[in-house]
Amino acid sequence: MAFVGLHTPLSEDEVRSLRAGMRVLITGVLYTARDMAHSRMVEAISSGEPPPFDLEGQIIYYVGPTPPRPKFPIGSAGPTTGSRMDPYTPKLLALGLRGTMGKGERGKEVIEAMKRYGAVYFAAVGGAGALLARHIKDAELVAYPDLGPEAIYRLYVEEFPALIAQDAWGRNIYRYP
Amino acid sequence: MREVEAGRIVQVVAELCVRVNYCLVEDVLRALKDALRREDSKLGRWALEQVLENARIAREGKLPLCQDTGIVVVFVRVGQDLRIVGGSLEEAIQEGVRRGYRDGYLRKSVVRDPLRRENTGDNTPAVVHYRVVPGEELGIALMAKGAGSENMSGLAMLTPADGIEGVRRFVVEQVRMAGGKPCPPVIVGVGIGGNLELCALLAKEALLRPVGERNPDPFYARMEEELLSEINSLGIGPQGFGGRVTALDVRVKVAPCHIASLPVAVNIQCHSARHAKIRI
Repeated sequence: MAFVGLHTPLSEDEVRSLRAGMRVLITGVLYTARDMAHSRMVEAISSGEPPPFDLEGQIIYYVGPTPPRPKFPIGSAGPTTGSRMDPYTPKLLALGLRGTMGKGERGKEVIEAMKRYGAVYFAAVGGAGALLARHIKDAELVAYPDLGPEAIYRLYVEEFPALIAQDAWGRNIYRYP
Repeated sequence: MREVEAGRIVQVVAELCVRVNYCLVEDVLRALKDALRREDSKLGRWALEQVLENARIAREGKLPLCQDTGIVVVFVRVGQDLRIVGGSLEEAIQEGVRRGYRDGYLRKSVVRDPLRRENTGDNTPAVVHYRVVPGEELGIALMAKGAGSENMSGLAMLTPADGIEGVRRFVVEQVRMAGGKPCPPVIVGVGIGGNLELCALLAKEALLRPVGERNPDPFYARMEEELLSEINSLGIGPQGFGGRVTALDVRVKVAPCHIASLPVAVNIQCHSARHAKIRI
């Protein structure tokens, strides 16, 4: 089972060519956001403001890293549970977001929105935050610094390992979705 | 009467916080290696290989095992003939957590209020449980508990008629519904009996036992084995990627209960089981 190399940003065609069960190595940019950042982003969008970064073609990684040691770009940085972001995700996919990454299965509404707009859900290995951090080469603050570990960062990653867990065609690797 | 300096407790707690977040406990490490030998799903094996490599990297002491370095849960056994000097026991424990999380570059994951959600900034307060025992002992068991697995935990107030079958069904269903979310392979702590709050506590205490150590009562030891085998036949597998290793262990802890009650609690622990015990 070989790995597929992916470079961000992703086009809709590229995303629709991915299949659940494929393993990928991502190089490029990932935006971090979790519960509080999602709540703020969606609130901003609902009141007519632009999101804090252009979502088109991007991947949001659900992560709240540990503080970096001096000379390290980031601390431990593994995925958090994806389904907690389910209430917000369809609104972001509608604005061109092409991928989300977390751990564990997503709900029906998200799967439907992924089919409609053309997006995939990546699973990274939960509890492998030290290993995954080694694939993160730089981290740059984008928004909401007051949220601390929950702020939005732009991460530059090299060959970040992940699995296509749920694809843009409604297929999924989980047994009990 | 033996005396222990509060400052010593601060130091011990701080060290434990750091140690558990960088060094995976030996019995869990062994269980994960064994899981890799047994697992035949390709994706499941891939996940386990990453988890084992992750433990090796974390042990170098620069990057914690997991970014969710948890809320700290402390079980204290304090002898009634022991005297803490130079400060309060509770404040010493909280200060230890504060220092450990600051100096160990660990994430601050505690909010002051459950609905208004402002981060306390130092990972306190820890959840502390005290038991007063005879003698001069001071025992501290500390765990850093992540929310991914804690959120998949649950409790049911069953009735005596539900019996062993009702308990079995609840435990297995709880793990099945959790799927890949709590970072399987998980360790399942099961509390049976007591009342509402004691039952939950039993399930959490069960998580402190080493992997593979069976309940001393053969009746419950058999139940643990049967639950483990049933959970591993669910096919969830490591990370929910499919496979035969969904749980590394199931531990049952029981307590007497009311004639009308049969409480059962399931506390799920992710594969990154971070805990340690020490006697001062």
